[in-house]
Amino acid sequence: MKTKLLATAGAVMTAVVLMSNSAFAGSTLDAVKKKGFIQCGINSGVPGFSSANDKGEWTGLDVDFCKAVAAAVFGDTTKVKYTSLTAKERFTALQSGEIDLLSRNTTWTFTRDTNQGLSFAGVNYYDGQGFMVNNGVKSAKELDGASVCIQSGTTTELNLSDYFRANSMKYEPITYDKVEETIKGFEEGRCDVLTSDQSQLYSLRLQLKEPDKAIVLPEVISKEPLGPSVRQGDEDWFKIVRWSLNAMIEAEDLGLTSANIDEKKASADPSVKRFIGAEEGVGGQGLKLSNDWAYQIVKQVGNYGESFERNVGKDSPLKIARGLNALWSKGGIMYAPPIR
Amino acid sequence: MADQTPQTAPGKPSLWNDPKKRGMLIQALVLTIIFAFFAYIFHNTLNNYAQRGISTGFGFLNNSAGFGIAQTLIPYTESDTYWRVFWVGLLNTLLAAGLGIITATILGFIIGVARLSKNWLVSTLATVYIEIFRNIPVLLQIIFFYSLLLKVLPSVKNSISIGDLVFFNNRGAFIPQPLPEAGFNWTIWAFLLAVIAVIALRKIAKSIQEQTGKQWPVFWMSFALLVLVPSATFLMTGSPLGWEIPEQGKFNLKGGLRIIPELIVLWVALSIYTAAFIAEIVRSGIQSVSHGQTEAASALGLSHSQTLKLVVIPQAMRVIIPQLTSQYLNLTKNTSLATAIAYPDLVSVFAGTSLNQTGQAIEIIFMTMMFYLSVSLAISIFMNWYNDKMALVER
Repeated sequence: MKTKLLATAGAVMTAVVLMSNSAFAGSTLDAVKKKGFIQCGINSGVPGFSSANDKGEWTGLDVDFCKAVAAAVFGDTTKVKYTSLTAKERFTALQSGEIDLLSRNTTWTFTRDTNQGLSFAGVNYYDGQGFMVNNGVKSAKELDGASVCIQSGTTTELNLSDYFRANSMKYEPITYDKVEETIKGFEEGRCDVLTSDQSQLYSLRLQLKEPDKAIVLPEVISKEPLGPSVRQGDEDWFKIVRWSLNAMIEAEDLGLTSANIDEKKASADPSVKRFIGAEEGVGGQGLKLSNDWAYQIVKQVGNYGESFERNVGKDSPLKIARGLNALWSKGGIMYAPPIR
Repeated sequence: MADQTPQTAPGKPSLWNDPKKRGMLIQALVLTIIFAFFAYIFHNTLNNYAQRGISTGFGFLNNSAGFGIAQTLIPYTESDTYWRVFWVGLLNTLLAAGLGIITATILGFIIGVARLSKNWLVSTLATVYIEIFRNIPVLLQIIFFYSLLLKVLPSVKNSISIGDLVFFNNRGAFIPQPLPEAGFNWTIWAFLLAVIAVIALRKIAKSIQEQTGKQWPVFWMSFALLVLVPSATFLMTGSPLGWEIPEQGKFNLKGGLRIIPELIVLWVALSIYTAAFIAEIVRSGIQSVSHGQTEAASALGLSHSQTLKLVVIPQAMRVIIPQLTSQYLNLTKNTSLATAIAYPDLVSVFAGTSLNQTGQAIEIIFMTMMFYLSVSLAISIFMNWYNDKMALVER
């Protein structure tokens, strides 16, 4: 699209100008505290991860993470401003300083972590690329010669091509720029199969006219660890973001929820005491935050499990099973280093 | 008069008081400042890139791209480089622009002339067409035509077929693909020979007409040459041409030559949109030729078609061509809207997928902008040359 080209060109220009400024700027934490809010980059609309509700408020797993960082820094989840970004714009927006934190279902890969001036702080959702069909196909191995609808600007194209090449199958890629067009192409039969990360497929399926006719195939063709990222080179800010995520997971491990954390304040369990900042020596000073930073996250946002179930799990229309995203002690691989 | 002071010879005025030198000085100063400004930005960007660990430069062009493209005019596989992707996208853009320019011009001329028609129905229809299509944003038109095409055309299993040779469905148009066999080259050579013969024939005919006033039926002679010579050769060499006919595959039709629906939509939408503008340009061009010219032509005994061909159109062209150029430029730039409907043009495959995979935003956007700039300049240069050729020769 021309507008998209213009937007990208504009973003590049802004990047050039902003970069000349931010070279002299101080740390992100100081800047964030000074302006009084965190500018958080999110997706413009993936139900469950980040989407606006009927009141115009952003909700979702990725949005919850923005709020968690705000809770840790300000003790107030409302001190976040959101920038909705397309896949193409997201890295430029982060590199240029337009946003402080990118929490937009972004896959952590080698190239992105090393070449693009950003650092991934962890994984908040273990995903994988899959296929959705509505024509009775049972396995991805039967897709030789199919037309495939792809939403552009992700690692999706590469994984798809690798999978078809590895199985010596042919395909026709049809790469759309917008989710709406991708769904339309799939529904109107321009393509036989729609490919994206499985989490997205579940939410796209809800947007179809006949969700029951479409199925998500069992094959997962890639590892897609989705996680938040920050600009490279600001160690303090990076650690705040990393430990905000760890705190959410650790809270679930310790059984701390937004409902019970106030009662647990009186708990004698040393790991709980350390978590809520009541134990001397393990407070927020290492992060340049107040001692109750982790308490604020759990109190105001909840632990990882709460956030998951509320947004994408059994309490949401998506009903995605925890699977890989369950705690390490419950058959998944969600694991956080201890807070001590 | 002893106290007469010696007159000093008027010395050179100072640098600042010489308007010519002052002008040059100021210009040099401004240029230096502008240059320094851009050098600063450039330097700073590189610096920041290095600081943040973002790789720079055009080295990424040699890396393997690794993704597929639906329509390629040159051979392309996933293991080819980003440089190849650039060319694939570039050619797809040029294909859409070229096709669009040809049909928009033809359609525009027809509608422009129709608008001046004395027939009420014809001229009203032309007016309605122009007012509708030039007043709706072209992106909306593209998306509308795309939705319409996907809705109207049947699925692969229920393809519309014409004699089981040509098929239409929502995956595109499928036509038999010619497969040249050994000896087909002779036919191509014969055709080229015929073209050269036609050019020579026209020259001879023109000089004969200028000397003696006699006219040859050049059109029919050229037509005969172009059709008869190649077909005779084709038959004499034993019809060395096979056809690959599309047939039903598992998901899609296999074989044959395929035109993807995205190309059809882009082509149709851009042609229809630009034709509305061209029609207005043609109308204004024709109206700019004063009625006296037509009357003079009638007085000389020229027929209606001769009047149009020899008097009105050559003069109208002077007005039409410069404006036509800017419409061609618009059409070429509008092809970048293709991303909306998944046509694999330069913006989609290079400034889209490639940019996202490599993260080299500045380099890729720069290359893409340079491409559009070069194409636009090339069209401008060509149209200026054509304009000079068509301009009135002052004698």
